[in-house]
This record gives sequence, structure tokens and C-alpha cells, in this order.
Amino acid sequence: MNRLLPRALMAPAVVTLFLWMIVPLAMTIYFSLVRYNLMQPGEKTFLGLANYEYFVTDPDFGPSVLNTLSLLGSVIAITVVLGVALALLVNEPFPGRGIVRVLLISPFFVMPTANALLWKHMMMNPIYGVLAQVWIFFGAGPVDWLTNHPLLSVILMVAWQWLPFACLIFITSLQSLDRDQMEAAGMDGANPLQKFWFLTLPHLGRPIAVVVMIEMIFLLSVFAEIFTTTGGGPGNESTNLAFLIFKQALMNFDVGVASAGALFAVLLANIAAVFLIRLIGKNLD
Amino acid sequence: MKHLALLVRTVAAWLVTLLLVFPLIWLVLTAFKTELQAIAVPPQLFFTPTLESFREVNLRSDYLHHAANSVITSFVSTLLGLAIAAPAAYSMAFFRTRRTRDILMWMLSTKMMPAVGALVPVYVMAQTAGLLDSRTALIVVFTLSNLPIMVWMLYSGFKDIPPDILEAARMDGASIWGEFTQVIRPLAMGTLASTGLLCLVLAWNEAFWSLNLSSAKAGTLAALIASYSSPEGLFWAKLSAASLMAIAPIVVVGWFSQKQLVQGLTFGAVK
Amino acid sequence: MSFLELRGVEKHFGSLKAIKGIDLAVEKGEFVVFVGPSGCGKSTLLRMIAGLTEIDRGVLFLDGRDITRLASSKRDLAMVFQSYALYPHMSVADNMSFALRLANVDKTTIREKVRRAAEILNLTQYLERTPKELSGGQRQRVAIGRAIVRAPKVFLFDEPLSNLDAALRGQTRVEIAKLHRELGATTIYVTHDQVEAMTLADRVVVLRDGSIEQVGSPLELYDHPANQFVAQFIGTPQMNIVDSTALPALRDAAGVTGPADGFIGVRPESVLVRPAGRGRLAGRVGPASERPVQIVARQNERTDLQPGDAVGLDIVPASFHLFDRQGQLVSGSARG
Repeated sequence: MNRLLPRALMAPAVVTLFLWMIVPLAMTIYFSLVRYNLMQPGEKTFLGLANYEYFVTDPDFGPSVLNTLSLLGSVIAITVVLGVALALLVNEPFPGRGIVRVLLISPFFVMPTANALLWKHMMMNPIYGVLAQVWIFFGAGPVDWLTNHPLLSVILMVAWQWLPFACLIFITSLQSLDRDQMEAAGMDGANPLQKFWFLTLPHLGRPIAVVVMIEMIFLLSVFAEIFTTTGGGPGNESTNLAFLIFKQALMNFDVGVASAGALFAVLLANIAAVFLIRLIGKNLD
Repeated sequence: MKHLALLVRTVAAWLVTLLLVFPLIWLVLTAFKTELQAIAVPPQLFFTPTLESFREVNLRSDYLHHAANSVITSFVSTLLGLAIAAPAAYSMAFFRTRRTRDILMWMLSTKMMPAVGALVPVYVMAQTAGLLDSRTALIVVFTLSNLPIMVWMLYSGFKDIPPDILEAARMDGASIWGEFTQVIRPLAMGTLASTGLLCLVLAWNEAFWSLNLSSAKAGTLAALIASYSSPEGLFWAKLSAASLMAIAPIVVVGWFSQKQLVQGLTFGAVK
Repeated sequence: MSFLELRGVEKHFGSLKAIKGIDLAVEKGEFVVFVGPSGCGKSTLLRMIAGLTEIDRGVLFLDGRDITRLASSKRDLAMVFQSYALYPHMSVADNMSFALRLANVDKTTIREKVRRAAEILNLTQYLERTPKELSGGQRQRVAIGRAIVRAPKVFLFDEPLSNLDAALRGQTRVEIAKLHRELGATTIYVTHDQVEAMTLADRVVVLRDGSIEQVGSPLELYDHPANQFVAQFIGTPQMNIVDSTALPALRDAAGVTGPADGFIGVRPESVLVRPAGRGRLAGRVGPASERPVQIVARQNERTDLQPGDAVGLDIVPASFHLFDRQGQLVSGSARG
């Protein structure tokens, strides 16, 4: 019993996850080294690193990497800064705090496609959208968001969706802030700003790092919003790495090149994952 | 002075919240409008609500079909995931070895790889197996995507059971099976339920795989809503109604699984 | 054979020998206390008797049966845990009846036994509550009740009082003693508190670093400690241990004859305080900063002495203990 039972219990999970990790990875590496077009299966000539070269020299590659980084950076910045601000705002009790917290977290549970279309049509439509009306109300000309600022529009949608996540993390973390420490600082003569800078912010250091890393990992795959609204365009203005890979694979049917690109994405994600794993490891007894 | 501060904070918090949640509020309002009301300029805040749009959406046979797909794929993948994850988590929590921690971290790391990295091989495999646009493919992918989170959350929940309660049960004469059914299972029910809920939410909202692997036959609501991207004619009210029906239950479930969300999606890195 | 017997019992953690060859015999109805400093292995030993920790070498007999390899669930032993280990999802009544339910005892008998145990422990009005709704002292009584209901062969207590506040501790100690008198059950009780040991035990087992230093009744241990460790562990304030070469006057004062090497032990109550100038020894009240030796004296009458006052000291005749350089007893006091 002593050796067999635990292993048998763990086997299904370990085996399936192992396959889920290895098989796609192995296949991706293989595909990236051959010529494989979905429209012409059976032809798999070895290409060496040609696919990588092709992917990297694609005129869309540079912009898509830049877009990816912009998307990542902007969303992370917005969610962290506003997330901290919001968490601080609702940290202390006030009438209706329970409802406020519940409302604040709602956007995170909206499915990405609904989120995207909600913004595309109801908010950002230059004629009938709410934002257009607000702009007109203040005497300015309405902005055609998706046409003129495609990447910014996507950033807005994604940030709106992930802000509650960051906010919730920070709210949770703030609850473990030591009240006694705050009071001691107050008696030592610290004003609210100083308390924030010297006590609250360091305490939030870890959760902020976690939020940044988690968002880095999950936001690399932002896809649904782009697919549903801008289709990567106009041109490649709102194409990110994930969408570029999708385009190569399922629109150009060039599996080889898409695989090469996918490995780039995996590489990027690994950078964040390494740090995150170390941080989690410290937490696991 | 304190009262003024409280007032300012309350007003600020409510204002910011309402502003932030406004798009959702607008969605809810629009769902109860007619199409003409929906595109009215200036936008109407006050109107007589109607269920017309809901009715029209429900009449679309593919709406119900997609809704069924969403329900089936999310529930089955969650149950399947729990069936695989629970024994593993149980084993890791109660039969710890030196390698338990490493295995757990490895499992978590599989969740950290971007979905787009697996898109090509999974698509090719699905195509080869004739499983494109099938609920099976979606169920498999959903299960695998959520498995690390499930194992992690169940493991945390099991670990929270104080070991000396289990020893007391042993002293009281319980066999291993007795320990499990009489002590562990009742105490772990909460964790099982909340883990299931969270993964239900994640599977329901899953858009990446739904959009890429499925289409008319196995498409989920996430994919259906995407098809409203540029349809003909007036459609805002219908879009809102469809979206509302698709997201409302999940948002409510989400409200109840906030704590699990923090634990599950940060892999416990935030206490 | 005794009711519970340990022979050559050992426990290894890797290369560390946590329990080193324990031999112990416990008679039926005895209240035996394992006592010792933290890390001495008393809890480990208890858990080995319970079956929660494996015995690596040696045998364990209970009522004639070899239970060394028997699973805990089958040993017919009940344990009261330091943390009480109550089942949080069950009511007090269910907590107490759990073992009986597992043994498929009929419901009427269960109800009766639970009722009686609850009566003895004053828990009758809490039977339907869950552990969450109870105070620390009440939870502890439920833990005891859970053990009583089973009427096991031996009761095992693992530091049951350490999580209670001081007042409750004293009270509960008395209750445990009363319980033992009423039920007459064989009990093994682990504690680090020697006061508990001395007041509750029929016999005390003093443990250090996984070995038994001495076994005996409380008075035996007090009056005739087998070595320096036991002498200093039992008794508050601690016995005075003085290097015999450090204070020759002490040897005369105590009446020690024979070889001069080793340590002299005198309990504080055997040190008599006299007015300055009288008595065999001269001393000053206060901490031993410049003095060669510090001696603690205890007297029950009030005193007006202040730090810095000069005093004289006498030792009650034949009340000393002599220990050699290894800490073993050379000769003990004649008392007791």
C-alpha cells in the first residue's frame, strides 16, 4: 500500500499533464523545422531554421512584437496603478462597501468576446456609442476608436477586464496589512502619504510582482478581443504575436512558420514563468 | 472632520465604481430595449423595458444550441477535471514525499505556458483525429487547461485539514476509507465545490480555444457572441440580450468565488 | 507480565536515534507520567504506544498481546491530543460517539454512554454544539469525553493542559486526578510541567534525549534522585548544585565526609537562614556577582531581609546529595 496507492492516485493527473506539456511542445518544435502547409499535407521537407527566418523577417513580425509589448506594458501599468488606487479607496469601510466590491469585480467574469463587442459597439461606435455621445456632450468630435486607435482600443478593453483581477489581489493583500504598524507610524509623525510610501507600498510589493507576472503570462495570449473587433488591423496595427501566429496557421495555413512563432511566444512566457515559479516555491511550505 | 472624510471616500468610491462598471450597466439596459431604442441618439437612460430582444435571441435555434454546448463543455470538463485532480491532490496532501513539492510546482508551470504556444499542434491533432468542431476536443482542452489550477486548489484545501484530526480518527478506530468518508470528505466539500465553481467559470468564458477549434457544431456561447461582430441590420439590443444571458449566471457565480479566484489564479502567491 | 510493557523500544529518524532502547512496565490502573525537557522524546514515545509513530526496534505488549505492529485503530487505546483534535463538522455528541459508531455499537448503548460521560464532565448542555461554539476548556473536556466513552485499555494524554490558561490548568488538573480515582483507568500522561507530574502521577518517568533517567513515585524522585539531571529537573526552586571544591565550608556545613571531588546538592528548603554572624556559612542576600557561589534558600515565614544584607546559613543535617563528575549519585540524602 505504502508505495503503490499514492502513485496510482497521482498517475492520471501527472500523465495527462505530462502529455499536455510534451506532445504540443515536441510537435511545435518539429513543425517549426519543416515545411508544412495545411493545404498540402504530406509534404514535410526539412527546412532547418528557415521557418524562423521567415517568421522574423515577416514585415508584420516587428510590429507585432512591439504591439505585444505595448499591450502587455500598458495593460500591466494601468491595472497595477489603478488597481492599487482602487484597492486603497475601498479598503476602509464605508456604506455599501460590500456591494461596491462585488460590482468592481464583475468585469473580470465577462467572457472576452462579449467584452470585446460590448466595447466595439456600445461604447466605441463613433456615431451611436456612449463614448461618442460623451465626447459630443463636451463639445469635442467623437473618436473613431477602432479605426484610428486600434491598439489603444484593445488595450482599453483588456485593461478594463483585468483591472478587477488586480484590484481583488490588492484588496486581499491590504487586508493583511498590519494595523498596529500603521498606528505606530502615525505616532512617529508620519502623514498618510508617507505611510503609503514607506509601509503600504512595500507591503504591496509582492502582490504587485505577482500581478505583473500573472498578467504577463496570460496577456501574451490576448486573442479573442483582437479577433472579434479589429482582426489585427487596420493593416497590422493591432496585431500581436498571438494573432500573428493565428494568422500564419489558420489563415495562411503555414503551420511551419506559425510554429516558429509559437516558440517565440513560449520563450517570452518562460521568462516571466521562471520568476513566478520561484516566488510560488517560497510560499509552498 | 472624520465624517467629511468618510463622505468624500464614500462618494468617490461609488462614483469610480459606477463609472467603471458603467459598460456593464449599459449592457443590461440595452438588453431590455428595442433595436431602435438601442441606437437612439442621445442614448436613452430611461425607457420602457421590453423582453422583445430576449425573445428574438431565444428564437434563434443556434443560440440554444451554443448555450447547450457551453453548458456541456464547461460542466463535463469541470467534473472530469475534478475526477483527475482530486485523487492527485489527496495523494500530495496526505502522502507527501520529498518530491511532492517539485511535482506540484511542475504542474503549476504547465499552466504558465501561453495557449497560443499549443495552438498549432492541438489544431493539427484535432484535425487529424477528425475532432475539429467537436465538443470532445473542447472538453479535453478545457480539462487540461484547468487541471493545474484544480490540483493546486484542492491540494491547498486538503492541506488545511489538521493532521491530528485524522490521527484522532485513526485512534477512534477508522480505517483509511473510514478516514476519507467520515472526516476528509465532509471537511473538503467546501473546497471541492468552490474549485468546481471557479473552473466552471473559466471554462465557460474560455474564448481562445472555442474560437479556434470550434465552429457551427460545437461552438460555445463565447464563439456565438463573436459572430455578432458585424452582422446585418440592427443588432445591438439582441447582442446585449444574448450577452447578458451568456454572462449573467457566470458573473453571479464569480461573485461567490472571489477568494478562490485569488488563490487559484495566483497559485497561492498572495495570501 | 505487566499490563503495558515496552522492551528495548527504539526510534530512529534517519541517523538520529530519537528513542534509545526504552524498557518500561506499567501496571493496570496506574497513572504514569512521562516528563522531561522539550526534545527528550516523551511525545514520540507516547505516539509509539498509540501506534501513530512506528516502533523501529523493540516490542510493545498490551494485556498480554504483542501490539508492536498493530494499527492504531485496533489497539483499543484512546488519546487526548494537545490540540484536542475534535472533528469540526460534528456536534459534541457525535464527536464523543464517533468511535462507538465506527464499531457498530447499537444506538441506545451509545446514547447512554455519551450521556454518562457528558454528566461526569459537565458537558450535558453542550452536546448539540459544534467545537467552534465552545471555549478552550470545554473543548478539552470533549476531547477527554471522547476518550472516556470508549472505555479503552489505556488512556493516553499528550500535554492536554498546555493550551489552557493558568487558572483553568490548575482546575482541570484536579478534575483529571478525580477522574482517574473514579474510573481507575490505566493512564499514560505526557507533560513538560513537573508540577503536573508530581501531583498527578503514581509513578513518574523522567526522560532525557530519548532515554529514561529514572522511574519512581514522585516522592522517590524528589528525595532520592538517581542523578544530577533528575535532581535538578524535579523540584522548584531547583536544587542547589555546588562544586565541592568551590566552597569547602559547604562540605562542613552539610556534614559531608569522604572524597572531595564532585558536586554537592542541597534543596532550597534544606538551607536555613540565620542572622548574620551565626550559622556555619556566611552569605549576603542578592545576586552572586562578586561571590564565589550562589545558593537559593527557601523559607515559608516572611522576612525583612533586603538585597545586600549579611546572613548566616546552615544546612539541615543529612539532607545533601553527592554527585560525581559524571552527574551520577554517589550518596543520597537520608530522608524519605
